[in-house]
Amino acid sequence: MPEVLVFATLNGLVTGLLLFMLASGLTVIFSMMGVLNFAHASFYMLGAYFAYSVSLYFGYWTGLIVAPLIVGVIGALVERYGLRRVHQHGHVAELVFTFGLAFLIEEAVQFFWGADTKNYQTPDLLDFPLFTLFGQEFSAYRGFMLAISIGIFIGLYQVLTRSRVGLIIQAAISHPHMVANLGHNVPLIFTAVFGVGTALAGLAGVIAGPVLTTFPGMALVLGSIVFVIVVIGGLGSLPGAFLASLLIGLLQSYAIATNVGMQDLLALFGLEFPRSHPLDDLWTLNLSQIAPILPFLLLVLVLIFRPTGLMGKREQ
Amino acid sequence: MNRTMFAPLASARGFARRDNVGILAASARRRRTSEAKAQPNFASRCMTRLLAALLIFVAASAAVPAWAQEREPVRIAFLDPLSGPFTSIGTSALLQLEFAADYLFNSRGGILGGRMIEIVPFDNQQSPTETQIQFRRAVSEGLRIIFQGNSSAAANALNSAVERHNRRNPGREILQLNYAAVDPVLTEENCSFWHFRFDAHAVMKLNALTDFIALNDNIERMYIIGQDYSFGHVVAENSERLLREKRPDIEIVGNEFHPIGQVKDFAPYVSKIAASGADAVITGNFGADMVSLGRSIIDSGLDIPIYTFYAAYDGITATLGEGGNNRIRLVHSDGANPVPTEQRRQFNRAFKAAHPDRDVSQPRIPMALSMLVEAMEQAESTDPYDIALALEDMRFTSMSGDEVWMRGDDHQIFQALHILAHTNEGVEFDIDNSGFGLVRKLRVPAEETVVASNCEMTRPRR
Repeated sequence: MPEVLVFATLNGLVTGLLLFMLASGLTVIFSMMGVLNFAHASFYMLGAYFAYSVSLYFGYWTGLIVAPLIVGVIGALVERYGLRRVHQHGHVAELVFTFGLAFLIEEAVQFFWGADTKNYQTPDLLDFPLFTLFGQEFSAYRGFMLAISIGIFIGLYQVLTRSRVGLIIQAAISHPHMVANLGHNVPLIFTAVFGVGTALAGLAGVIAGPVLTTFPGMALVLGSIVFVIVVIGGLGSLPGAFLASLLIGLLQSYAIATNVGMQDLLALFGLEFPRSHPLDDLWTLNLSQIAPILPFLLLVLVLIFRPTGLMGKREQ
Repeated sequence: MNRTMFAPLASARGFARRDNVGILAASARRRRTSEAKAQPNFASRCMTRLLAALLIFVAASAAVPAWAQEREPVRIAFLDPLSGPFTSIGTSALLQLEFAADYLFNSRGGILGGRMIEIVPFDNQQSPTETQIQFRRAVSEGLRIIFQGNSSAAANALNSAVERHNRRNPGREILQLNYAAVDPVLTEENCSFWHFRFDAHAVMKLNALTDFIALNDNIERMYIIGQDYSFGHVVAENSERLLREKRPDIEIVGNEFHPIGQVKDFAPYVSKIAASGADAVITGNFGADMVSLGRSIIDSGLDIPIYTFYAAYDGITATLGEGGNNRIRLVHSDGANPVPTEQRRQFNRAFKAAHPDRDVSQPRIPMALSMLVEAMEQAESTDPYDIALALEDMRFTSMSGDEVWMRGDDHQIFQALHILAHTNEGVEFDIDNSGFGLVRKLRVPAEETVVASNCEMTRPRR
C-alpha cells in the first residue's frame, strides 16, 4: 500500500492548499468586516472563466496573471460600491447581499459563457509527468499547483506578520477607530483587502480550472467546503484556516484511498447482517463512499466540542 | 463591461441565432415568451426573442395560409432542467425538440391537416420536487403531452404524479414521453399505461456494452466506479453480474461509489484505480462528474479504456479531446459516424446551420416526436388515450434507417444499440466543433436487445 499512501498524501496536499487559497481570503475578510462573503467561491469561478477566455487569445500564462487582477478589481468594486453601502444596514443586509451576488455571478457566467463545460486545458509547457512512482504518474501541473499555493501561503504570511502593511491591516482588524485616528484610510484598507482576497480566490480558480474542469457548478462544489474550513479553523484565524484546509484535504484523500467500511467495523464486534436486511445500504457503507461528506461531519463535531473552531477566539 | 469582448462567447450561448428556424413557428414562439418568467435562463433571451417574434409575426400574418392560422396548435410540454447545474443538457435537448418540430412538421404545413406543433418549456432543475410543481403548472395550462428525459429520479417522480393525476381525472389524462431516463423500474415494477420510453434502459445498454467488453481479450481486471444513486447502483450491480456471465475470467478489482456532484478532485479515486492494477473502467457518470473523472484518468497517464454511457456532447467531447482519443467508449442508441442515411445527414446539416454551436446529441428526440405525430395521425386525435393505443406495438423506421418497435406490454422501445469510440478519424460530424466525434465500433441489432417484460400494467377502461 505505500504507493496509495504517497499519492493520497500528494493529492490531499494539492486539494488542501487549493482550498487554503480560498479560505485565506474568506477568513481575512471575515475578521475585518465581520461578514461571511457567500460569493467568495463565485470569484473563484470567475477566475477560471476569465483565464479560459484570456488563454484562448494570449495563452495560459497571460491568463494566470491577468485573470486574478480582473477578479481582484471586480472584488474591490463590489466592496466599494456594493458592500460598503449595504454595510449601514447591518450584517444581515450584508449577508443577504453577498448571497444574492453569488446567484448573480452564476447566472452571469451562464449568460456569457454558456452552460457547457469549457475546454480549458493545462499549458503545454507543464504537460509532462513530473515523476513516476510505482507505475503512477504525478503530473507536472499538479506540482505547479502545489508550488503556487505554497508560495502564496508563505508570501501572505510574510506580508501579514513582517511588513508595515500587514501591521496596519492587523491593527485595522482589531482597532479600526484607533487606526483611523492615526491617519490611515481604513475604508481604503478594507477595499484593498477585499480585492486581494477575491484576487486570491480568482488565482485559485485559474490554477484549478484545467484540472477540476471549468463549468458553471464549480463554485457550488467548492463553496460549501470553504465555509466548513473557515468555521473549523476558527472564524478569522489565518493559521486555523491553513490547518483546517490541510486537514480536510488529507482527510478526504485518505478516506477515498481506504477500503474499510461498516462491514469491517461490525466484524470487530462479530456482527453480520444478511444482504436482505432493510438497512443493507447502511451496513455495506464504505468510508470511501462518504469521503466527500466527511468535512461536514467534522464541522458538526467541531461545533459541538469546540465551537470557536480549532484556533479561533470566542466572539464577544 | 465591454460586450464586444464577449461576442464569441455570447454566440456560444446561442441566443443570437435562435430565431432563424421556421417562420411558421412564429405564432407558437410568441406565446412562449410568456413562459420565460419562471426560467431565469430564458429571461436573458426574452428581449431578443420578443423583438424577433414581433417582427416575424408581422411577416407571418401575411405569409401563412388562413387555414393554418385559424387552427389551434398542438401543444407539447417539455419538462427538463433549464437552470442549475444540469442546464446544458436540458437546453440542448429543448433546442433539438424545437428544431425537430419546426424542421420536420411545422415548415411542411403542420400535422393533422395543418395544425402547428408548439413546444412549451418548463424548468424542473432536475429535481423531483420541482418536477411535481412544474407538472401541476403544465396541467393547469391545459397541456396533455409531456416530454421528459433527464434524470431517472425526476422521471420516477413524474411517472407517479401522472399516474395519480390520471386516476383522479378520467377523460383528462396526461401522457409521459420519456426520451432518456433509463432506470429499468420505469418499464418494470412501476410501468404505466401513460408512460412510453424511447431509449433503451440501463440493463439493455449494459448488455450491449458487456458484449463489446467480452470481445476484448486484453481485459483481465475491471474497475467499476459510479455516482451513488439509483442509476449508478443499477450500472454497478448489472456490470458485475453480466461480466461474470460473459467473461468469468475478468476479475472485478473495484466497485466504487462517490456522491453525485460533490467530488472536487477525482485524482484520489484515480490513484486507487491505478493501484488496483485495473486495465479497464466502467462508469455511468454524467455531466461534470464524467468530465472530471475522464480528465483525471487521462492526466494520470493511465492508458486504459473507459467504458461509459454519457462521455460525449455539450462540452465533454471538446474537454476530453486528444487525451480521450480511442480510449473513451460509449454505448448509445445513435450510430453517429459514418452517417447511416442521407436523410439523417440532411437533418444534421440543417440543425448545424440553425445552431452552429450545438450538435444532434439525441436523435431519439426527433424519433420520439415523429412517432408521436404518427400516432396522432393514425388515431386522428390528440387525446392521450388514443395516442397511447396507437403508439403501442408501433413499428417505425427512424431517420437513421433503423426499424424500431414500441412494445405494447411495457411501453419499452427496442432499437439498435451502438458502441461508439471517441476519435478524430473518420468523423463526418464532429462534436463541440472540436474535430473529435464518435465512430461506431459495434452495432447490436434491435432484436438482440429484447429483454423479457415483467410489467403488470393496469390498463384504463373506456
